[in-house]
Amino acid sequence: MKILVPVKRVADPDNANKVKVSDDGSRVTSDGLEWKMNPFDEWSLEAALRLTEDAGAKKRVGEVVLVSIGPKDEVQTIRQGLAMGDERGILVEAEDDDLDSHVVAQVLEAIAKKEEPDVVFLGKQSADGDSNVAGTKLADFLDWPLVNYAMHIATDDEGKTFTVKRELDVGQQTLKVTAPCVFTASDRILQPQAIKNGVTADDFAYPESDGGRYASLKGIMQAKKKPVEETTLEGLGVTPTRVNAYGSFTLPAARTGSTVFLETVEELVEKLQTEAKVL
Amino acid sequence: MTDVLVVAELAEGAARKTTLSAITFARQVTEATDGAFDVLVIGEGAEDAAESLTGYGARTLLTADVEGGYTAEAYAPTVAEVAKENEYGVLVACASTYGKDLMPRVAAKIGAGVASDISAVAVEDGTLHYTRPMYAGNVFGTMTVTTDVQVVTVRQTEFDAATESGGSSDTEEVDVADATEAAGRIEFVSIETVKSERPELTEADVVVSGGRSLKSAENFENVLEPLVDALGAAMGASRAAVDAGYVPNDLQIGQTGKVVAPKLYVAVGISGAIQHLAGMKGSKTIVAINKDKEAPIAQVADYFLVADLFDAVPALTDAVKSAG
Ligand SMILES: Cc1cc2nc3c(=O)[nH]c(=O)nc-3n(C[C@H](O)[C@H](O)[C@H](O)COP(=O)(O)OP(=O)(O)OC[C@H]3O[C@@H](n4cnc5c(N)ncnc54)[C@H](O)[C@@H]3O)c2cc1C
Ligand SMILES: Nc1ncnc2c1ncn2[C@@H]1O[C@H](COP(=O)(O)O)[C@@H](O)[C@H]1O
Repeated sequence: MKILVPVKRVADPDNANKVKVSDDGSRVTSDGLEWKMNPFDEWSLEAALRLTEDAGAKKRVGEVVLVSIGPKDEVQTIRQGLAMGDERGILVEAEDDDLDSHVVAQVLEAIAKKEEPDVVFLGKQSADGDSNVAGTKLADFLDWPLVNYAMHIATDDEGKTFTVKRELDVGQQTLKVTAPCVFTASDRILQPQAIKNGVTADDFAYPESDGGRYASLKGIMQAKKKPVEETTLEGLGVTPTRVNAYGSFTLPAARTGSTVFLETVEELVEKLQTEAKVL
Repeated sequence: MTDVLVVAELAEGAARKTTLSAITFARQVTEATDGAFDVLVIGEGAEDAAESLTGYGARTLLTADVEGGYTAEAYAPTVAEVAKENEYGVLVACASTYGKDLMPRVAAKIGAGVASDISAVAVEDGTLHYTRPMYAGNVFGTMTVTTDVQVVTVRQTEFDAATESGGSSDTEEVDVADATEAAGRIEFVSIETVKSERPELTEADVVVSGGRSLKSAENFENVLEPLVDALGAAMGASRAAVDAGYVPNDLQIGQTGKVVAPKLYVAVGISGAIQHLAGMKGSKTIVAINKDKEAPIAQVADYFLVADLFDAVPALTDAVKSAG
């Protein structure tokens, strides 16, 4: 099975409350914040690795190709993924300002046509823009089926068909899809037994984790030697057509008042009755 | 003049309340531009479901009875056809998992840009300016979509459910468009919906949420639920509690779960990670019950009860019961 995993970097999402806006409101600035792999992409990458390995024997049985679209230093995000276990990477050089979910989907369409993967496994959203659009547009551009918010994936025959459960805000839905197809992941894709690839023993359980696997020292060393192909939008024959134009940014108003610390339930009830008037 | 197409969301043959948030958006835009809005009711039992939407001021209720359970692959071609045959400036649905799954697919078919999960819209000289939360709600961006037709999903907490305006809309059945190849490679197997006697999370006036610290499904039931019911609240949870299997996934509040904005939000044993705050910091009054005074939930809490939840929650439940 061959899986294409698009990844991007974002300003450290655990410190998103430190993101600032320039004085004229025209830009978001994340100075001082580290770049991290978009956590949603890290989940998809972990799922893709689980789909393409024999976990018991610790052996790769398929191929995972990472793609990143962005400035040159985005290659670090690719190396980080390669250290987790992927085979190779593709960097599509572009200015962040020239990208939106539409352009990203256009570029990924071109790459998918070239690479012919069985699955493209995207993050459901970028933790900076929170758009949740690229994966769905890509699926339609390719005319491939898509399962958004996948929480459980079982391959039925050598990675050509999948039974997939997806999360809904009213519950869960089960679908059967045939490759080539597109997935995005929900949080639950990281559960110890969320992925059954037909190679890893069915009763195998991954350790509990709320993120992707750590790269071993050996993995980090090997990643430096793995191939990363560099290309451009022109090289791929893509004429980008941005459709979203941001005019200005603001920070949300701070919550008024300050926190009142209380020691007893009686005090709390009193405050809720007389001050907040919610009881 | 901007005409708007609202795409209704059905569950078990009835329009979900999320549809009324999309109608509120449609009213705002059409009132500001002297346009009109239609509602497309698509899915099994569309005609019956359309009846409940007749009093909301739509010009026409379009119905499309697509059989066989929802997939975006099966629905999107029909929505795209309706969009092409009429001169809508905007197509809108609620930013539920349904809207976020379907609408970008429709947008791709008609070459439209998407403004997703918006919190507000403003019309200036006929141009629509959308405001949307980014960075887990830590920045608001204002943007325009540069394509002729625009696709929008709206945040339910920011677009209050429309109330009936009287009258009755015309109804018209539309053809179900041929599906493309993608639909042939995806098959709807089943759907499990969660039933609860409690109010819906996204609509409740009071939400009580529990975190990892509750330690088990039994404690959610025996410790937290009595408080939830004493307050007539909806129950929510942190990701850690859902991941641990204490409660089902549809209760998760946050960046990847639901966004709520009740009058009262009670966070029980929840640390207040940035991704959790993204889903609840718009609440009017926030109460935290946590034994660690330094927990980041203090950044947004109005009242912070420093206590062990296993003592405080039963005591608070009793106090609420005797007060009510
Ligand atoms: C990309 C991404 C998306 C995410 N999306 C979400 C999301 O949508 N929603 C979400 O909730 N999380 C989300 N998370 C996870 C989030 O970062 C936190 O890990 C999670 O919210 C922690 O849950 P918690 O507060 O229940 O657990 P913890 O962080 O472990 O906190 C437990 C709290 O309980 C307190 N406590 C312990 N025992 C007691 C007691 N007896 N009495 C009182 N207090 C007690 C502790 O002091 C602590 O503050 C996401 C993470 C990532 C990376
Ligand atoms: N610049 C990029 N390079 C590679 N993949 C991307 C990029 N931007 C978005 N993606 C992918 O598309 C997903 C959804 O992005 P978005 O529509 O921006 O929320 C992300 O989780 C990534 O998997």
